[in-house]
Amino acid sequence: MSASTLARAAFPPDWTKRFVWIGLAIYTVYAISTLDIDGARIARGMANAARLFDRMFPPNLQPDKLELIKDGMIESIQIAILATFVGVLLSLPMGLAAARNLAPPWVSWTARAIIAVLRSFHPVIVAILFVKAVGFGALAGILALIVSTMGFVSKLFAEVVEEISAKQVEAVRATGASFFAVLIFGVFPQVMARFVGLTVYQFDSNLRNSTMVGIVGGGGIGAPLFTAYQRFDYDVVLTILLIIIGLIMIAEFVSARIRRIFQ
Amino acid sequence: MTRSALQTHATASVLGIRHLRKEYRAGVPVLKDINLDIGAEGLTAIIGPSGTGKSTLIRCINRLVDPTSGEIWFEGQDIAKVQGSGLRHIRRRIGMVFQEYNLVERLSVMENILSGRLGYIPVWRAFLRKFPDADITRAFELLDAVGLGADFATRRADKLSGGQRQRVGIARAIMQDPGLVLADEPTSSLDPKTSVEIMELMAEMSARRGIPIVVNIHNVELAKRFAHRVIGMTGGMVVYDGPPDGLGAHHLAEIYGGEDWQ
Repeated sequence: MSASTLARAAFPPDWTKRFVWIGLAIYTVYAISTLDIDGARIARGMANAARLFDRMFPPNLQPDKLELIKDGMIESIQIAILATFVGVLLSLPMGLAAARNLAPPWVSWTARAIIAVLRSFHPVIVAILFVKAVGFGALAGILALIVSTMGFVSKLFAEVVEEISAKQVEAVRATGASFFAVLIFGVFPQVMARFVGLTVYQFDSNLRNSTMVGIVGGGGIGAPLFTAYQRFDYDVVLTILLIIIGLIMIAEFVSARIRRIFQ
Repeated sequence: MTRSALQTHATASVLGIRHLRKEYRAGVPVLKDINLDIGAEGLTAIIGPSGTGKSTLIRCINRLVDPTSGEIWFEGQDIAKVQGSGLRHIRRRIGMVFQEYNLVERLSVMENILSGRLGYIPVWRAFLRKFPDADITRAFELLDAVGLGADFATRRADKLSGGQRQRVGIARAIMQDPGLVLADEPTSSLDPKTSVEIMELMAEMSARRGIPIVVNIHNVELAKRFAHRVIGMTGGMVVYDGPPDGLGAHHLAEIYGGEDWQ
């Protein structure tokens, strides 16, 4: 056999995969062509952007504005902390129930169905529902973010639990430990570091989302931000955006630290 | 056998297995009619080729695998069918040592050893790591007895070598205060020298503490060297049962098939 036939035998072509890639490439080209992007439009957009940035500078640092922003930011942070705490606490049993290697099928499928419903809607849409249900304010935002936290954390936590080593669990079970003792000594040690990681990540994400639920009346910095946009107070907008960026960076730094501790 | 005869038999031995059969798929038995009595002390080795049901047999005894039919007599009752708390009470009296050690990697050595007490303490104590003082004292004593010493206590299991891990595995099994210890290929993942050390340790534990140990092992030399009784299995049946000296080439040929490898 020649070298090239040997190469073919070692790496046989996978035509299904090739068709998928080719199809994807064709669709991308088609989709871009329907977007109607041309040089004139980009030039106009650039000019608009330049005007917007020009009106943003310098950021508005008047004391009365800062006071307003401070109140909004603190409320946002509180929303994020409470939603993360309650959401993660509820995700723990939900994720365990959804894990197919621990729970009987009827339990895990019920839990999976509930998680799927929780994940169906964007936090803002959930926030609108809660604003209608419990009225304007932080409570609606907290409830909305609890829902999205549970959707995300319990789904990924269930996957983490499904990946654990069955051997370690079997050994703990063989000592005569009860189900909950097996959870505590056989399962949690294997998943806690990942669970903390998920929690910190979700706190990050809740911090960002908590700045947004305010737009629909869910409390926090979102409302002042949205008002500033509508009143063309772009300098206030910039102040708020800069503070949000700073906050997210601090959160990033803190979460990296926390993750290292629980490794 | 009559019930009274069975019971006298059951008191004479620690473990009595009667007509044990296990099928993972209906009609394809992995174990066919196993009958064994394990005495109150010493190390019993079960040898045989891979896939012959040694591991299934051992796992049937502590019910990590449920037998299809037959009886398993241990501490005065047939444990082949017990469920729930009854099963947990039986399991805590049977220690198990695993081929791949099966320590909980992210727990400390001390936590792994103390997990042998989980069947005896309430869950909240396990959660808060509030083990009775007597248990902790005993765990340190065992840590010493398996040759590791107190400074290993707080080390995480994933920082240990294979031989060290198996020593912790043995300490965990003994920590259960067992009436019987099962060992499933405890030396198969270890180098030859460490394998001998681990077998020595188990034989010593068995002799000094009066705990009968049943070891699955495919190394015939180790089995002959450390066991006072060898059980040869092939095709889901016992084909040899006797002292290691009685195990001849023709027995090994029957157990493993062929003779060229000997």
